[in-house]
Amino acid sequence: MKASVTRYVRIDHAQLVEMTLHAEGTSEECCGFLLGHEGRSIVTCTIPTTNVARDPGEYFVIDPLAYLRAEQYAATSNLELIGIYHSHPNSAAIPSETDRTNALQNLSYVILSLDDQQCTGIRSWRLNSSEHFEEELIIS
Amino acid sequence: MPTVFIPTPLRKFTNQASKVEIPGSTVQEVIQGLTSNYPQLQRHLVNADGKVPNFINIFVDDDDIRSLQQEQTAVNPNTIVSIVPAIAGGSR
Repeated sequence: MKASVTRYVRIDHAQLVEMTLHAEGTSEECCGFLLGHEGRSIVTCTIPTTNVARDPGEYFVIDPLAYLRAEQYAATSNLELIGIYHSHPNSAAIPSETDRTNALQNLSYVILSLDDQQCTGIRSWRLNSSEHFEEELIIS
Repeated sequence: MPTVFIPTPLRKFTNQASKVEIPGSTVQEVIQGLTSNYPQLQRHLVNADGKVPNFINIFVDDDDIRSLQQEQTAVNPNTIVSIVPAIAGGSR
């Protein structure tokens, strides 16, 4: 991963709090959607969703219908799907190989790291054209 | 004609269009028409066997085509065919 950060995403403080509360409320990986305005790289809304992975302690899977509903909500709310957030209950907010191989370009991936169910960090990442993650700075 | 809903990650291949109308009477015909009009979608929506890849879900209105007739699922002019990418990952 590149050491320098050249891209940023703005996330309202309220949304950072919402994601943190979601992540700290479970010992499993939480996940959800980030909505906002792509042109201004700003997240104004988060939608938590159910992790339907068979092993939610170490993986997350979003139900396809939930994804469709989030996109539909964005469309009717004059928002755009900016990205996805999920948590790492016992590891750093750095994408794993599982994260990388499942990621899509053109979305921000916010990861929350936890230790003993307390949030220790929030970082955002974006997949580049070489299918490697590059970090983007979170501006609150 | 049926409307195809394009998910955000794929809109760069449709000139940022979120909805496009594509003629067809089955999901397969609509997908073929879509990739014909937007060739850059081909590698995302069609695998080497000519089928939709496992990491792409296709909905006809609110129903996953895997619970219907797969790519042979019938569509009508009022149908919304939604392309939904699989979203997953994990710390492991």
